[in-house]
Amino acid sequence: MKIRKNVAISESGYIFNPTTGESFSVNPIGIEIFYMIKEGKSYEEISKTILANFRTDEDTFEKDYHDFVGLLNHYLLIEKENEKEN
Amino acid sequence: MEKQRYERPVIKKLETNMPNKFGLRTEYLPKTHIDGVAVNELLKEHGSPLFAISESTIRKIYREAKKAFTTRYPKVQFAWSYKTNYLDAVCRTFHQEGSWAEVVSGFEYDKAINNGVDGNKIIFNGPDKTEEDLEKAIKNGSLIHIDHLDELYSIIEMAGKMKKKPKVAIRVNMDTGVYPMWDRFGFNYENGQAWDALNKIMRSEKLELIGLHCHIGTFMLSAAAYSAAAYKLADLALGVKKKYNHDIKYIDMGGGFASKNTLKGSYLPGSDINPTFDDFAEAITSALINSNFEPDNLPLLILETGRALIDEAGFLLGSVISNKRSSLGKRTTIIDIGVNILFTSFWYDHKITPAQEFTHYAEDTTLYGPLCMNIDVVRESISLPLMNKGDHFVIHHVGAYNMTQWMQFITLRPKVVMIDDNGNVHVIREKETLDQITQMEKVPEHLKEFDLS
Repeated sequence: MKIRKNVAISESGYIFNPTTGESFSVNPIGIEIFYMIKEGKSYEEISKTILANFRTDEDTFEKDYHDFVGLLNHYLLIEKENEKEN
Repeated sequence: MEKQRYERPVIKKLETNMPNKFGLRTEYLPKTHIDGVAVNELLKEHGSPLFAISESTIRKIYREAKKAFTTRYPKVQFAWSYKTNYLDAVCRTFHQEGSWAEVVSGFEYDKAINNGVDGNKIIFNGPDKTEEDLEKAIKNGSLIHIDHLDELYSIIEMAGKMKKKPKVAIRVNMDTGVYPMWDRFGFNYENGQAWDALNKIMRSEKLELIGLHCHIGTFMLSAAAYSAAAYKLADLALGVKKKYNHDIKYIDMGGGFASKNTLKGSYLPGSDINPTFDDFAEAITSALINSNFEPDNLPLLILETGRALIDEAGFLLGSVISNKRSSLGKRTTIIDIGVNILFTSFWYDHKITPAQEFTHYAEDTTLYGPLCMNIDVVRESISLPLMNKGDHFVIHHVGAYNMTQWMQFITLRPKVVMIDDNGNVHVIREKETLDQITQMEKVPEHLKEFDLS
């Protein structure tokens, strides 16, 4: 899973997708996860980092992570496997 | 290093078009305490969900309402509307403040008597008073507000038999310029029904006509309508004086004052736009004072407002069961409060505030109750701070009607606590139990056994 290369994110969590012209805002934990996905980290690595830093459990995070990734997909921020890079 | 508070990751599309149906974020501070008592502690001790009533808020709002009227009119009496909330502790708080009782059934009448209210301080309204109810009310000298001619004839007949002169008023309905016009209760002013009833009472000589009553609607957003109603009742009272040389002792303007809740579909919050007690008081008292009553012989003004006095004092505390997404990706949240205990969610967009700290991030959400029924929607669309499973929240302004119109449906009704002026918590209604529900049932002998093997 890869974030589209041309998607830009600011430190405050403002995301711009030039392909669709849409912009988004993410909360701080969303920014962290977004960067980790961008860096190519696996779910296991991301989960380990989050559980080490936040008061939550694995089940809750797993559910929320997949919900978040589902929305990134929905908003076309993630490159499909068979899609050519922009 | 201490771990940070977890908030689920969210991404929100930024839109620059017209405001959407979810509205703008409204919650900026959590509601962690009610009258100094921690919401989380209340839920820990008494379970979730939980109704909490603030005694000091009841007293504060009552005094505000009373002040609005007594500073404008010399003779004012409030009567607590039992149907709005007839938990004994609530009724007694209003009685301690000086309210009489206003009841609309034999059940409510008995409740008022059990609460220690003198019979002559009970106003008996409503279309369904049985002979047994009327007999009790006549014997106790209660104020019987006649709704229809059949009731009037019954009372005349009973008065003859009991050799006692019942104290009566008639309920009058009228056009006050608002829609819908409530004409199902009482006698109409414009078409002469009211005069017809008054003539029958005066000529029978068996009843003591002491008052005139109206109740023009519910959740009234126009104070001016009360002015029209007060003028019409004053006109009737002055007409009775002229025709029969009989003084009407009181004018009862009923209730129906809007509380600070926000009606569904309203663009602005009720707390900003609904009329205040001062607005209602100004409309009513000006009409009475400006009518042709002699200044030294003004009738007593009775008010039966319920909703506007108790709504703000009631809170409903609950917990998040789950966060989900609909097929279209919309956020939905399931809470442990359903429409069976929050009846008013059919009419209002209730204000809902998390009971713990939150960030400024919010999500457009639909709030579903816990019932396995499609109708169980507490808020169709609300912009809420992020809450996790198990997080607590407070629903505001639920004091009116929810603790009387609630249903034992699918789940059991929760506990109700009252927080007194000193911050002490009192259980004023226990949580229902399965035994209480089933003890009223009877199983026929032939249905007692079955074999599913």
